[in-house]
Parts: sequence; C-alpha cells; structure tokens
Amino acid sequence: MELTKQEQAMLNGAEGYAVRKSMEILVALGEIFGAKNLIDVGSVQVAGVSYHNLGDAGLDFLDSLAKDGRVKVLTTLNPAGMDMENWQQLGISPEFAEKQKLVIDAFTRMGILISCTCTPYLIGNLPLYGEHIAWSESSAVTFANSVLGARTNREGGPSALAAAFVGKTPCYGLHLNENRIPDIHIQVNTELSKLSDWGALGYAIGKKAENKIPYITGIKKADLDALKSLSASLVTYGAKPLFYMKGITPGAETQTQPKETVTIEASDIQNAYDNINDQGNEIDFVCVGCPHCSIKEIQEIADLIKDKKIADTTELWVATSRTAKQLADKRGYTAIIEAAGGKFACDTCMAVAPLKGRFKALATTSAKGCFYSRQNLMKTKMGSMKECIQAAVTGKWNN
Amino acid sequence: MHPSSGDRKMEQLKGRIIYKGKAKADALVTTMPISFYGGVDPNTGVVIEKDHELNGISIKDKVLVFPQGKGSTVGSYTLYRLKKNNAAPAAMINKETETIVAVGAIISEIPFVDKIDISRIKTGDKITIENDSVAIP
Repeated sequence: MELTKQEQAMLNGAEGYAVRKSMEILVALGEIFGAKNLIDVGSVQVAGVSYHNLGDAGLDFLDSLAKDGRVKVLTTLNPAGMDMENWQQLGISPEFAEKQKLVIDAFTRMGILISCTCTPYLIGNLPLYGEHIAWSESSAVTFANSVLGARTNREGGPSALAAAFVGKTPCYGLHLNENRIPDIHIQVNTELSKLSDWGALGYAIGKKAENKIPYITGIKKADLDALKSLSASLVTYGAKPLFYMKGITPGAETQTQPKETVTIEASDIQNAYDNINDQGNEIDFVCVGCPHCSIKEIQEIADLIKDKKIADTTELWVATSRTAKQLADKRGYTAIIEAAGGKFACDTCMAVAPLKGRFKALATTSAKGCFYSRQNLMKTKMGSMKECIQAAVTGKWNN
Repeated sequence: MHPSSGDRKMEQLKGRIIYKGKAKADALVTTMPISFYGGVDPNTGVVIEKDHELNGISIKDKVLVFPQGKGSTVGSYTLYRLKKNNAAPAAMINKETETIVAVGAIISEIPFVDKIDISRIKTGDKITIENDSVAIP
C-alpha cells in the first residue's frame, strides 16, 4: 500500500501510541484486502461498547488508546450494556455498571460523542450520498450503504477506532464502485403489511442471497422504520451490508438488474416467521427498538399502550437513543408509557445488555433482536407493534 | 559449501507479515479455524470450543498454526486479554488471515505471518519466526 509522507510519519509514531497502533491496523487491513491507499472518512461509528462483550481486556485496550488517542472526525458510539442513567431500574448489577462507566470514560477522553445508539443517522451523524465513512454496527452499515448511498465496509470496533484516530480508512471493498454492483435480483411478489414483515423479508433475502448484494424489485412503498428494520435483518441473516431497492433507494437507477433472479412469495415471509417464532405463548419480556426506536415508533407505542397496564409477569423495554427519548419526554409519550409500567432502555439494547438467563421468552418487532436473544437463551416471538404491546399487557402471545 | 546444509534440511517458508517480530517455539497445528471469542479461555489459553480438534489444549507460548479466524469481532480483544494474562501464543501462522485475528495480533503485539502453506508444519515442530520468514526443521 502506498502511504503519503504524513501517513508514514504516523505509522512511525510521530503522533504517539494510539495513532501508531491505528496506522498498523489500517495498513495491515489494507494489505490483506488489497487496498492501494488510504482515503479520508467523513465520520466514524464505533461498536464494541458493552462491557458484556469487551470484558476487562477490551477495557484495558481502550484505556491504553485513550491516553493519547483523540478522534479526528465526527465519531459516534454504539449502544452500551446498560442505560447510563437508569441502569438500576433495568436490573443491572452495580459491579457491571461500574465497569461500563469506565468504558464510557475511556471513549469520552478520546473525544467521541457518547451517543450510544445503533441509529447514528437519526441523531446527527448523517453521511451524504457517495461519502466515504468507517462504520461498525452491521445494521447502521447496511442503512448507510443502501438507504443513504454512503460507502463503508463492515468495520469491527478496533478498526473503526483506528479510522477515527487517523481520519482515514484503507480503500477496498465497498468503497470501490466495482464492489458495489448487485449480484442477485430479488423479486418480491407479496405485500408487506406490518413492520415485522420487513424483518421477515430481510431473513428471507439473507438466506437466499448469502454473501451477495441484492437488487430488490416489486416494493412500491417503504418508510424509514421499514428500511431500518430490513437493514438490520438482511445482514444478520447472511447478505452483504448493501442492497438496492428499485424506485426507493439511491443508486438503484444506475445499476443493472442482475440476471440471476430469486422470488420472494408470501410463503417465504411465512417461513421466516415460522423459523423465528418458537413454540409456547407465555411472554415475560417485550423489547422493541432493534435497531433503536425512532420517535415515530415511540409515538406508536404510546398510542397503543395508553390507559393500559402491563402484566405483573412481564417487562416492557423501549430501546432507543437518549435523543429520541428527550423528544418523547416533551411530547408526553414517556409519561404514557411509564404510567402503563413500561421502561425506557436508552443507550442500550437487547443485543448487548447482560440478559442471559434473566428472561424466558421475548416478544419483539425485530428479526435481528430474535437472533441475539436466542444467544441469550430466550424463546422468541416476532410480530407487529400491536401484537407486542398486547403481549406486554396480557403476558401472552396471541396467535 | 556448508558441511551441514545437506543433512539438516532446515526449510524456509516466506509469508506476509501481519505483525513483525521474532519467536522460537513448538508448533501447535490445526486445520480448523479458531474463534477466540468464546472458543479460547482468556485466562489460561486453553481451547474450550466444543468439537474443536484442539479442545482442552493450551495455545500458550506455542506457535499457533491455523487456517484463519472465525466468529465475533470481539475475538480481537480476547487475544489482547490472553497477552495481558501471559497466556497468548508466542507467535501465529495463518494460511490466509482475516480481520479478527489480524487486528488481535496487532493490538496484542504477537508476531504473525500469513500466506504460508500450513500443511508443511506439524505439531511439535520447533519453529523459528523472524518477520516474514518461517523456519521449520
């Protein structure tokens, strides 16, 4: 890989330990994946924030970088293992909270915005069409590449941090036109009627387009929440973190529809539900917001739960960014949801909080949320917002 | 001609440096990819992944030879933790590496070479690694 004089100096340690380590990471990845040079990035999204996943080793490493590492570009943060303010109410232990706070302290010293959300594009980190960025968090990577038309590979926590300290990333993979060409045409022959259908669609496409870039046709209408949900599930279940949707996402008009065609029928959507939904109908945990709820979704929850009470046997978490919750506070949605017994889980989510063994059966709107909750030994049910709120109120899944 | 060059048969393989350095240790070879996160005990270096052919064996102080990493990207931090706990491999050799192990080796400063024909190396071989060179007996 060719380095400029300034990049070579950074690699030699001219800007200290964090920048040197970062350059070592970026150059090694560039060599492995055949990059010719580094390119400037407009912003970074850093994953690997939950102490549950980092452990003491990750914390040590972040501390060592925080000594002299300062970000050079706009850098936002993925969810942590807990709500940074309201952790006690969510049943997080003081020992865990102490460690999680140390992790956040290290990121704070680096100059990162403590946004703690998987939807950075909703809170002020909104890349432009064609802009090069270095993001981790697979759902946000897919949303940025596909819905926004920005360009990023699927970074891990350390490689995203490295890009933030240097302000650059190696130019390979999805940064290059030739690697952004769709591989497979997905023709959708069925109507999608509720939010969870988009998660089911992502599951169906992910399975049929493993490690491919889908070009999706047959969809007449999609909104932000639909594409947010599809972005999360498509990549969780196997596709590359980029899709095109004819008539809806930017760039689709400039790409040629691939010859290899696979159709998605109503039976494929049903099959996704059948695979995601476990047996049984007792529900003790309802969690919505994977990816984090938009303000529109919070409004929908408030409308559905108004004047109702959540079952004694069930917890309801609304996972969202603190920014969205502040809007919900002012509009009165927070008061409605909390009066019904629901809890806000800001800064965190069901995929990264330490939930193993705490709950038996989850209901959610999210296909991705089901995937991670199974790793936390929960049975899972996926359905509409209405079905989820009903499950929270009755403690049962009504199917 | 050097008198011992005929019978010593020291073989030199050249690879690609992922993290530079020198190490001399016994090889521990597997044909299976390794998931460091969840697959290796970060305190002891013992492989704990069920159904892995190295299950129950420690990678500590070995030249760990495997095709590539797999699993969660958090595995990079597991390598760092192994190093901090003095339970890391002395060096690593891959057939063709990927992001998780490459980043893990760099942040933990473990000598690491890839693009090596790992079928030439057997468990127990005394291996010397120096930057991109791998010497096997």
